[in-house]
Amino acid sequence: MIFSILLLLLFSLQFTMIKIRTPKSQRAKRAIEKRAPKLVETGRKTLILQGTKTSSTLNEVLTEIYHLKKENAVRYTRKNENIRPFESGGETSLEFFSLKTDCSLVVFGSHSKKRPNNLVIGRTYDHHIYDLVEVGVENFKSLESFTYDKKQAPHAGSKPFIAFIGEGFENVEELKHLKEMLLELLRGEVVENLNLAGVDRAYVCTAVSSNRVFFTHCALRLKKSGSIVPKMELVEVGPSMDLVFRRHRLPNDGLRKIAMKTAKDQAKKKEKNVSKDAVEGKVGKIYIPEQKVGATALPNKAKGVKRERREAKMKNSGNDSASKKPKTSSE
Amino acid sequence: MEVEQKGLEIDLGNLMAYDPHHHFPPYLPSREELAQQCLQKGTELVQAIAFDLFNLPSTEDRDGPIVTLPKPTTRLPREKRLPEPKPLTKWEAFAKAKGIRKRKKDKLVFDEQTGTWKRRYGYDHVNDDNDVPIIDAKMTDEPGEDPFAKRKADKKKRVEKQEKNRLQNLKNAAKMGSLPSHVQLAATALPITGTQSAPTKLSKNELQDIAGKAGTSTASGGKFDKKLPGEKPEKHEGKYRKFLPVVEKRGADSQERKQTERAVTIINAKKEKKQSKRSERSSSTPSKLKPNKKSHKSFKKGSSKKSSKQGKSK
Repeated sequence: MIFSILLLLLFSLQFTMIKIRTPKSQRAKRAIEKRAPKLVETGRKTLILQGTKTSSTLNEVLTEIYHLKKENAVRYTRKNENIRPFESGGETSLEFFSLKTDCSLVVFGSHSKKRPNNLVIGRTYDHHIYDLVEVGVENFKSLESFTYDKKQAPHAGSKPFIAFIGEGFENVEELKHLKEMLLELLRGEVVENLNLAGVDRAYVCTAVSSNRVFFTHCALRLKKSGSIVPKMELVEVGPSMDLVFRRHRLPNDGLRKIAMKTAKDQAKKKEKNVSKDAVEGKVGKIYIPEQKVGATALPNKAKGVKRERREAKMKNSGNDSASKKPKTSSE
Repeated sequence: MEVEQKGLEIDLGNLMAYDPHHHFPPYLPSREELAQQCLQKGTELVQAIAFDLFNLPSTEDRDGPIVTLPKPTTRLPREKRLPEPKPLTKWEAFAKAKGIRKRKKDKLVFDEQTGTWKRRYGYDHVNDDNDVPIIDAKMTDEPGEDPFAKRKADKKKRVEKQEKNRLQNLKNAAKMGSLPSHVQLAATALPITGTQSAPTKLSKNELQDIAGKAGTSTASGGKFDKKLPGEKPEKHEGKYRKFLPVVEKRGADSQERKQTERAVTIINAKKEKKQSKRSERSSSTPSKLKPNKKSHKSFKKGSSKKSSKQGKSK
């Protein structure tokens, strides 16, 4: 039945052809491959945007979050009227932006009488909203209001220390969710190698009560101590605010299972050509490669030059290889 | 994840420390005191992380000591789906089955025709068709055929076959969900009529019609065709005639009576239409004085309307 329909359709419709589209430049290809899904993921890009109405404090909050995450964040400054994260239809715009900017973490700010200085932090999975946390910002102190020795200011893009304090983060479901979100937001890129001279910032989040988290950003001062481990000193530099939990949306169970799946850990690659000898220590063999006559470069073929010029060069070099043309002043 | 004496949870991969045991006093201290307390506690936690961090084996670099962080222990959801393993291409599957191994090919090959070293493929490659000056005639050749044109045509066919195979491999990969990220398969329709307009999509009704036609064109008239999930049964079940039952009740309920009533009303309606038309043309006598040619049966079904056929005929 199905095949007969298809045949009829084929004749009743027109002949369809499928084209293979590939990017025409290496730059485009690299851009696409950057966005492709990877086996091991290294941190999310953040999209910071706002809704119809914002207050001055909220604007400051959003800009400062952007400054904290300069490297891997995108800031949109226009009003977006049709984004309502907690409503069923109001997330399509967010998902579209997430697709376009390749950002999987969204910070959406809005201000209304009912929810003043509202911040919605959301994650996406496969460019669809995965989960959301809504917090209100209170007692905000901006970057400029802190006085400290400017030399100790943390550098942009350095990997931060993150400290969570309080039993609330363990006992209260909502704060647990908020803790996960804050970790995603603050941690930056997941790296394997870290330069110990470059650690200079720390975020401290304290669960003051069952719905309030005190958040602050500090610079680190490493002082000499007796051992290798330096003595840490925290100096408050950055924005500090109270996050009041409002509401949240947990992910679906099915979606959560799919998203939490990780690739099986690949076995460590064996180091080749290294052997340990009792007498000589670490030993490895040096292999001289085969002399490939067929793979030697063709002579007089400057590949960087266009074909016509190349051929002209070859002809010229064939005619007068000995005589050198004197350089004129115009060249 | 280390659980120290103090009860801290440390995730070195994320440089994160968590103290789940800290109680905050129920009374709310002033803000400065709160900040001070938080900073103090924060310093403790950061010191604990630093302790673990600086004790990792480090390599000296010109900028400073570099440590290899362990993998983060907190499980967080992914942002994109896991890449699927690529299915083997047709050739790869064949090679695997036969045990054919890849051999490294040289970039330069010696060209017999010109006697120089040339590329294996690309601009100015070996075995170029343009370089062949003479082709010896074989016994199997037909007299009218141009061997040079034949070579070109053969090459074109080979290239087309390769393109077709490549497309098939990509379609297979797309079906498994593992299309390479830089490749897109776009469906472009080429109209046979030669116009530039894209063909319009069939509507639901048209599709149903075509499905019906497809069904009836089979040998069994579409009766035993497997239905897709969600496909509706045929509108016309194949029965074109309805026969009255052999044994039936008498009286007003009988289907035979209903059948005849229906036929009669239709005929009457038609007659009325004709009469009204005639009376329009020559309205000398009013209709009431005309001989009553009406039927015996009393009920009419809205014969004031012009349309006499009502209801669908099954």
